[in-house]
Amino acid sequence: MVIQSFTPLFAMLSSLVAVFPITLLKQSENRREMWTFIAAIIKFALVISMVPIILGGQTIELTLVSLIPNVPLKLRVDGFGMVFALVASSLWIVTSIYSIGYMRKSKEHAQSRFFACFALALFATLGVAFSANLLTMYIFYEILSLSTYPLVAHHQDKEAKIGGRKYLTYLLGTSIGLALPAMLIIYNITGTLDFGPNGIMAGHELGKLLPVLVLMFMYGFGKAGLMPLHAWLPGAMVAPTPVSSLLHAVAVVKVGVFCVIRVITGIFGANYLTLHGMVPLICYVAGFTVITASLMALYQDNLKRRLAFSTIGQLAYIIMGVGLCSYLGIVGGVAHIAMHAFGKITLFFCAGAIYVATGKKYISQMVGIGKRMPITMAAFFIGSLSVIGFPPTGGLVSKLYMLRGALQADMIPIVVIYLVSSFLNACYFLPIVYKAFFCTDSESQYEDKINEAPLACIIPPVITACVTIALFIYPNLVINLVESAMGVL
Amino acid sequence: MNLIIAKFNYVLYIVLMMMGLWAMIAKSNLIKKVVGLGIFQTAIILFYISISVKKGANIPIIHHHVDPNHAADAAHMVIDAAKYANPLPHVLMLTAIVVGVATLGLALTIIQHIYQEHHTIEEDEILEQLNQ
Amino acid sequence: MNIAAQLPVIVLVLPLLSAFAVTLVSLFNKKLAWPLTVLTMTATFLATTGTLCSVIHNGAIRYRVANWAPPFGIELVIDHLSALVAVVISIVALLVAIFAKETIQKDIPNRVGQFYTLFILCTVGLLGETLTGDAFNLYVLIEITSLTSYALLAFGGSRAYFSTFNYLILGTIGACLYLLGVGYLYIKTGSLNMIDIATLIPALSGSSAIFTAFILILVGLWIKMAFFPFHGWLPNAYTHATSTVSAFAAPLMTKVTVYMSIRLMYFVFGPDYAFSQFTGPVNIVWLAVIAILVGSYYALVQTDIKRMLTYIIIAEVGYMVGGMWLGNAIGLTGTIYHIAADAIMTACLFLALGSIAYKLGSTKISDMAGIFKKMPVTFCAFLVGAAGMIGIPPTAGFFSKWFLISGGIQAGQWAFVVALLVSSLVNAILFFRIIEVGFFGADDEDEHDAVVVQRNEAPLSMLLPTVTAAALVILLGLSTSKVTSLLIENIVGSLF
Repeated sequence: MVIQSFTPLFAMLSSLVAVFPITLLKQSENRREMWTFIAAIIKFALVISMVPIILGGQTIELTLVSLIPNVPLKLRVDGFGMVFALVASSLWIVTSIYSIGYMRKSKEHAQSRFFACFALALFATLGVAFSANLLTMYIFYEILSLSTYPLVAHHQDKEAKIGGRKYLTYLLGTSIGLALPAMLIIYNITGTLDFGPNGIMAGHELGKLLPVLVLMFMYGFGKAGLMPLHAWLPGAMVAPTPVSSLLHAVAVVKVGVFCVIRVITGIFGANYLTLHGMVPLICYVAGFTVITASLMALYQDNLKRRLAFSTIGQLAYIIMGVGLCSYLGIVGGVAHIAMHAFGKITLFFCAGAIYVATGKKYISQMVGIGKRMPITMAAFFIGSLSVIGFPPTGGLVSKLYMLRGALQADMIPIVVIYLVSSFLNACYFLPIVYKAFFCTDSESQYEDKINEAPLACIIPPVITACVTIALFIYPNLVINLVESAMGVL
Repeated sequence: MNLIIAKFNYVLYIVLMMMGLWAMIAKSNLIKKVVGLGIFQTAIILFYISISVKKGANIPIIHHHVDPNHAADAAHMVIDAAKYANPLPHVLMLTAIVVGVATLGLALTIIQHIYQEHHTIEEDEILEQLNQ
Repeated sequence: MNIAAQLPVIVLVLPLLSAFAVTLVSLFNKKLAWPLTVLTMTATFLATTGTLCSVIHNGAIRYRVANWAPPFGIELVIDHLSALVAVVISIVALLVAIFAKETIQKDIPNRVGQFYTLFILCTVGLLGETLTGDAFNLYVLIEITSLTSYALLAFGGSRAYFSTFNYLILGTIGACLYLLGVGYLYIKTGSLNMIDIATLIPALSGSSAIFTAFILILVGLWIKMAFFPFHGWLPNAYTHATSTVSAFAAPLMTKVTVYMSIRLMYFVFGPDYAFSQFTGPVNIVWLAVIAILVGSYYALVQTDIKRMLTYIIIAEVGYMVGGMWLGNAIGLTGTIYHIAADAIMTACLFLALGSIAYKLGSTKISDMAGIFKKMPVTFCAFLVGAAGMIGIPPTAGFFSKWFLISGGIQAGQWAFVVALLVSSLVNAILFFRIIEVGFFGADDEDEHDAVVVQRNEAPLSMLLPTVTAAALVILLGLSTSKVTSLLIENIVGSLF
């Protein structure tokens, strides 16, 4: 039940092609932005068009060119990839609206470069989502690292320079130093790199090399932000907010997590890892990050940095869920990619909206802001509920799946980690919301008058907040896709 | 001792080669370096010529007395290799000499330019100038 | 007489004759030298490509020059390996020929004719080195290439003279050692034809004369290819040359010498002989590891991009020698692939740098401020070359690293694997420093509006070859499996 089709390629190329008109139309802002929208909508439509096929239990494949023996440049769309592609392409549209409002209002320079690199990054993100083997994935992973560098360093000041330097050092260093050799070792053992339904390692005994390889992959895809190789993510928050929101809450970091998921499920195989006792290793490495990142988030006063640490924790959450190697754990983990994405992007949008409207970056300066920007803060509240895992938001669904997955795998300590971290999530988000709305007039730093950010900065968080609630009511949209891929497993 | 006498020319070529090498490495004067280079190349030419030497051999101009009566006599056509020196190494060295001359010419031209540039052909003084 | 059958010799004779034509023409009108050179190089490129196609379809060609039968006459051997290298040479030569126009006009206006003549002759020498099947003929061609390249490098003026002189001394020693090695081979085998010698070697494997020949040839070529510890001459010689000459010499000289050492080691002495002479291939791979690390280390401390690139070349030579001595098929595949990949990547980098130097008059990293805005196309081409050097897919550099590291893993040479990874990371740092300056401006001016830059691209005759080279870096990467299955497997398969 494999269909050959060019649709995934076209879906990827739609944003790559858009790079040219975007760079060429420097003079006319409106026509340039129109191209971003055209590309984003075509991309989303193409991705949507593949959903029924995937839900029908089929996969789409396309071999582009042969690279090295047994490893072609090849695309394959399955449920996992589909979930990720849907999230990335739908949020690109929303983010585009937001970036236009944000970039114009704050009069950013080099906007053409910004939008061109953004389109390029989306091309690479979909490439990762649709990769059929590890090498193809690695190629797009590296393209993504490079194309996002100009975005991180967008402000071109000293802080941006340091942030950008950290960004590339961590991401290139880990991928070349750890992921590449690990991939080569796998290739030399198995002779293939294709993601198999049950992994490709069956029948190969690795002995002591196995934990080393597992760790090399987990840290090698540095975009997953596992501690102690996480420092690039808070550093990358110097980027303009649209970049932080789409790339550093969704595309880039989820690409890292997605790569780890693919390695766990498609290269090693869940059964193989369980059989060789690797589950505790993966879960405790991720669990350590979950708790530490949540604790560190408590101390951040810069709102975007707090969100960044929260993201690090949630990414490890996903890895932990998939690392349980139980059916429910994997479903929950992959579903959490989508659930967390909508929640976290809402939060980032709100942070950006506050910055655009008031120029404030620090949480201590946001006492009473709910009175001035009620819509923004309401969206912020819903987003934080989703990240914590409270009803009525989608975050609850995936977290429940992961909890049940932990029980299924008989890992009680992991259950505890999940619960503690959810509690910590609540600790670092709810006070912000509380102080924004419920404060005495003497404490409030803002006048009691509604003065919101521009419309283009308000609509996107409202949309994503609504989606978060919708995902609670109709979680099957995501869950079915994930399970269609699990059916193959 | 006997070995040295028997292989006298091979020993000599190695001695010459080492002299050339020493001049190229140890001498500071660029012209002397080039002289060393020449000695080095000549040593190799000597080596090649030594290969082809045979005692009592003649120059390799083979002269068949074509006798119409014995045209088909195979034994008549056999050449006794021991009688003739091997011409090939000589021919090769002719080429090598040409290469050597070209190298020498180029080296001297470059030294001229170096002199115009630095007003000296002593390596240490040039290096001093370059490091300033 | 069939033209197609004569292609191998046309590859050599055509540019050789036109070199003299260029000299003559430039006596009357200097402006004609450039078009004639480009024309010659285009024809040469077509001829080598034609030869390559014919080799792919009909197998290796053994061409008897002037119809003298081997082993007495000189023979041209065009198999998959030499055809591949010949095409690479002609591509790079063509790109550099187009590129040369403006820089030569600017740097050495009085000696345009001489430059193009030497340039074509040097290309002929390099092509000859790849195609010849005769050990002594190879010596002559090495010297033709070297002599012309000394002259070309000396065009750099002032500092170039002294560094070229050093290169001349060391290069001649290298060539002489090779000649001496051939002499020892001749003593034992009585033949100069490579294929002929190869059939005679197995019976003589215990001979100390053959061993001496092997060591002499090896060391001689190592000197020519700037393999550690004989690398001293390279950085100065290539740094001080004019940008066109370094764009020509840097990609080709070392790579063709690596090709020659593959030819001699695998096809004359044979892998069995070569590897039985050492207790395992350990020793030389370790030398390669040191070469890679030393090259990378010195590249790190440079402040001049051109000089930095020359040290990267030294590290890259380490890659290739290491891959060659791993003693397995995939390692050799990596080395052969890297000859092509590295030639094109280095050409791309040097061409882009040459364009930048042409406009900026400097190659210092600190002078690159705002270069991204000033010369976006050139700098993007530079980035592609840099990505190749770092080993970012899908550039060609990634795949050569892939093969080489695979070979290292298979041979259990972990030091080599680590050295390759370290060198990738070092390259990432090196190029990233340049990108940062090019993107942000120099160190302490952190205000982006401090540098007001106008777009000021290099002329088309420089832009075109630079961009083509960058495109080739990616194209070669994407056609990796074609190159390996059509060409390299044919060569490597016959050896292992």
